[in-house]
Amino acid sequence: MFGLTFGALAVGSGLTVIQAVVMSAVMFTGASQFALVGILGAGGSPLAALSSALLLGIRNAFYGVPVTRIVRPSGGRRPLTAHFVIDETTAMAVAQRKRAAGRYAFWATGLILFSMWNLGTLTGAVIGRGIDIRALGLDAAGPAIFLALLWPALARPAGRHVALVAAVVALLLIPFVPAGVPVIASAAVAIGAGIATPASNTEAER
Amino acid sequence: MSTVWTAILAASIGCYGLKLAGVSLPDFLLNHPVVQHAAGLLPAAMLTALVITDLFDANGRYGADLPLLAGVAAGALALRLGGSLPIVLLVAVAVTAAIRSIA
Repeated sequence: MFGLTFGALAVGSGLTVIQAVVMSAVMFTGASQFALVGILGAGGSPLAALSSALLLGIRNAFYGVPVTRIVRPSGGRRPLTAHFVIDETTAMAVAQRKRAAGRYAFWATGLILFSMWNLGTLTGAVIGRGIDIRALGLDAAGPAIFLALLWPALARPAGRHVALVAAVVALLLIPFVPAGVPVIASAAVAIGAGIATPASNTEAER
Repeated sequence: MSTVWTAILAASIGCYGLKLAGVSLPDFLLNHPVVQHAAGLLPAAMLTALVITDLFDANGRYGADLPLLAGVAAGALALRLGGSLPIVLLVAVAVTAAIRSIA
């Protein structure tokens, strides 16, 4: 279902079917993909879209630490393991009490999601060429997904504070900078807050 | 090659590179407390900014589309009530579409 939505939104934002399919196959990380498509669709520059996608993808590097500990991929498996390191597979792997179960959960979740995401993208992109994104309310999909991904972070005070400052900064910048730049500015807010405020050990684990 | 293609390929390969770095780099680089703290705050800030600009940026001016606002607010309510991601997505899209079809 998310794949369908992404495919439809991508072609609705002016991308081709092949561009949507390449993104899902190679990037395979939902938030970055929706951000890139959303910023391009809003008339943002490709550079702003690229920067936002990369900055959002940084969290996957940190998921690599617990995943490597659980999956223990051999040298040759590392590139494939890396491809599947996303929010959902990491959450499923770390939720298991036994290491073998965590490893199984990682691969099972990864294979299922990768198949569904790519099949959905292709289908959504092909169907999406003929549909009216606005009439179907599909422009609400991006913000709804971002909000849902954001929700767990709002449970922590540090997450709430940084989200509030980011919201204010983004809102103030809208009339003055090109589309996509408020999102990049919010990344600077997070990095600044990360350096300026004391760290607690639980922050990076979602 | 168009700049859009360049951005797509660079973002795709870059995002994969970040994942590969995560499973390949030695632990101590990524386990640094300040690095972890800043990286932990990054998604919260960026996702918030994405929601804000999706809702209130009308081509570089302040603007809001009421059906869209209502739909996303309904999605937030669904989240508040413990709805899962697919439910939240469905609620937001359906409410937006329903209000537009009436208005």
